[in-house]
Amino acid sequence: MLDNLQILIAAPALAADLLIQGVFIGAIFALVAYGLALVWGVMNVKNLCQGDYVIVGGYIAYLMAQSGINPILALPIAFVLMFMFGWVVYLAVIRRVVDRDMFTSLLATFGLALLIAQVLNLIFGPEVRTAEAGFGTFFMADGLIAIQWVRLISLGLAGALALGIVLFMRHSRMGRAIRATAQDPRAARVLGVNTDQVYAFTYALNAAICGAAGVLVSLIWVIQPYFGIVYSIRAFVIVTAAGLGNLPGVILAGFGLGVAENMSAFLLGAEFAVAAVVSMLLIVLIYRQIQLYRVRQVVR
Amino acid sequence: MTNIIEVRGVSKAYGGVHANTDISIDVPAGKITGLIGPNGSGKTTLFNSIVGYHPIDTGSIKFEGREISRLRVPQIARLGMLRTFQQTRIYSKMNCLDNMQISVSHREESLGSMFALRDRGEIIDRAERLLEFVGLYAKRRLISGDLSFGQQKLLEFAMALMNQPKVLLLDEPTAGINPTLINGLIDRLKRANQELGVTLFVIEHNMRVIMNLAEQISCLAHGQLLATGSPDEIQNDQRVIDAYLGAH
Amino acid sequence: MTSARTDGVIYAGLIAFGIVGPLLFPGYTNQIAIMWLMVLMASTWDVMGGQTGYNSLGNIAFFGIGMYASAVVQIALFYDVGEYTAAFGAIKVEFTDAQYFTGLALGLGLAGVIAAIVSVLVGLCVFGLRGPYFAIGTLGVAVAMAELISGWNYVGGGGGISMPVFPGEAGASSLAFYAMFFVLAIVAHLFLRWLYSTQFGLALNAIRDDEDKAEAMGLHTLRYKLIAWAIAAFFMGIAGAVFGNMIGFIEPLEVAFPTTTFGIFMVAMALLGGKGTLWGPVLGAILFHVVKELTWTYLLDWQWVALGAIIVVNIVYFQQGILGWAQDRWPAAFGLKVDEGGDDATPAGAREAAE
Repeated sequence: MLDNLQILIAAPALAADLLIQGVFIGAIFALVAYGLALVWGVMNVKNLCQGDYVIVGGYIAYLMAQSGINPILALPIAFVLMFMFGWVVYLAVIRRVVDRDMFTSLLATFGLALLIAQVLNLIFGPEVRTAEAGFGTFFMADGLIAIQWVRLISLGLAGALALGIVLFMRHSRMGRAIRATAQDPRAARVLGVNTDQVYAFTYALNAAICGAAGVLVSLIWVIQPYFGIVYSIRAFVIVTAAGLGNLPGVILAGFGLGVAENMSAFLLGAEFAVAAVVSMLLIVLIYRQIQLYRVRQVVR
Repeated sequence: MTNIIEVRGVSKAYGGVHANTDISIDVPAGKITGLIGPNGSGKTTLFNSIVGYHPIDTGSIKFEGREISRLRVPQIARLGMLRTFQQTRIYSKMNCLDNMQISVSHREESLGSMFALRDRGEIIDRAERLLEFVGLYAKRRLISGDLSFGQQKLLEFAMALMNQPKVLLLDEPTAGINPTLINGLIDRLKRANQELGVTLFVIEHNMRVIMNLAEQISCLAHGQLLATGSPDEIQNDQRVIDAYLGAH
Repeated sequence: MTSARTDGVIYAGLIAFGIVGPLLFPGYTNQIAIMWLMVLMASTWDVMGGQTGYNSLGNIAFFGIGMYASAVVQIALFYDVGEYTAAFGAIKVEFTDAQYFTGLALGLGLAGVIAAIVSVLVGLCVFGLRGPYFAIGTLGVAVAMAELISGWNYVGGGGGISMPVFPGEAGASSLAFYAMFFVLAIVAHLFLRWLYSTQFGLALNAIRDDEDKAEAMGLHTLRYKLIAWAIAAFFMGIAGAVFGNMIGFIEPLEVAFPTTTFGIFMVAMALLGGKGTLWGPVLGAILFHVVKELTWTYLLDWQWVALGAIIVVNIVYFQQGILGWAQDRWPAAFGLKVDEGGDDATPAGAREAAE
């Protein structure tokens, strides 16, 4: 670990490379986390199958790449397909757990996560896959910083997607209904908002965002049926750290996590990358708890 | 006459709202003390400060001569000062007897008392007697969440007595209770005070109840202490009357 | 609860099955052993999940910790662990019978103790978390443990450890591990039965119903939660140690920390039977395991998918569980909702005093 730290200090370009790669990945994390914040804030459902939607989206891109279509085109297709899938899941499962205690929704979505992972494993097998888009790489700083075009493109796509969603939430009728429901579902219902439909739409939109993020993951990284849970945990880290309804915070925390994960993977070794993410979750949770504790009870 | 609780110069602000400003109140041991005031005058805030729900900004709170303004809720409860809640809180999925049995004092807890078998011994006797005292003995095996609101309030009161506290802070004991049952409740509060020797400190909106019950009353308005005195003095105090009628 | 007589019949039946089962169906000894493990898992999960209202998704962490603790103890007593694991099973260490059984006994005991100690340390960190945060936090602990062990070469990392081999023939070894699981499940059940009949059990229920009220009544809530979790961890640790020895080869992701199989099964089984009851988890575990084993072979590759579906359906449509449903249906049979006599009924203590 110390050796690697010395390398970083000796070669700032390498550190910059890690930083840039972290930003690319962080953009995807931010998207997934934004979807979670949406569902969590609007419906109070802690969606633990978040990461599995990402992986499903990734496999859609993989399938398209296999059949000779450029996987970047998979983005809109995955978005639409996952929207429909999310809507179906809402009708079948989520609808029945929205009003129940939060552990129920957590457990139900955890069950869904297992289910999705198992189905993917049956169809695609446990091998690691990637969707090859066929773009080149360009180098900076004497070849120490390698930037693949596909990563740059995916960053742009993630940004465009995020912008589109933000504009949609701000200006469309449904977007306003969603925000109203998030603030006070009872009042929204009284004022004629069909909250059931809003919930369905929100959940489906989340699945669609995750699916699109998954396409990007399969472009720049690898997918595997059981990788979903780590994305879910990352999303929880980001949302818990940033706080609900704090969009700039979510995006910032997403980039932060991407960079932190990349750095720690380099410093500690790749085998500890997941452990690092999970430790971050625990640290964030415990920090929040201490904060809460101080406000609530400690009499000083 | 010793004071079991001494509140001196307590202030508490939430953001810019001054819920309590420089309040000083004494609660004499073995008596019933009342706390009245219009809605939003800071009564419940003061209760919460005393039993340790939140930090106070300035001032001191002493219980039996000991400073408790830095202690937390469970520690204060174990010293022998309990409170009941405006929104009644009981263990709603357990039956009344279990509610009573777990409400014993935790002042001196040992492995023996933690792992003592229930439904036997001195504890169950006391639990049954107290349930009889509040008129819930026949319902002792009912799930407490199925009781009516008034019965739940009585159960909460009995649970507090089960804890054998020195002081009991009651937050609106008669709110939401059927008026025909109020006299019975006043009677039970007085008996708890006289027979069990529990000092009571009561927030109450119902003037008839508090004048009947308390020996000394303090009145809050806009977070400040307006007056302290006997029921007669309070009833005839012009400032109290103005506060209730909304004049300034 | 159910009357003493029905209880007696159920115990007699279970114990009789436990003893006769492996003799009648020697081919299924391991399957029945796993059933007792499932009973143990569901019952100990319920200490926190059902009785205390702290739904943990990470109890499986103690299973894995116990497994690794016993492995290290059993090997370290007579050999250098680092060398042993570095060889990836190439080194065959011959343990004498005496060495093996001393190691096993010590390993099982320490597995429980170490798991309990870790649970207290983890508990100090996560018990401020309430509701879903607690569930996610504990899930995080389980995943983190698995990943840390995977990266820790001293204990074999992702490659795993081969456990010392049980002396004697295969039949004897599976019977021996069967007996351990059976006894462990019975002991744990009787222990929990006693626990729930004490003030301690009431305190856990009080925390479940209203933790703030419990604090306001002066309950040492943290102390109760830590002890309850340590109890669950202790049994899970020993169970993990026995399981590791029974399987013979342990590795972090699939065997020691199976978060997505055993880890979620224990929750699902407790919910299926009815959480917060003594018998619910037992019933749920037996039912779940039997159904799983019976249908397993007919589902070809779809068994895991079916299992996921069962869990979702169970949670979404039938959360109160079998016993919870029965209690709602026939409350009097469970000693609930009995309104005795009029208001003139008096407590026994008062009557004696009057006489």
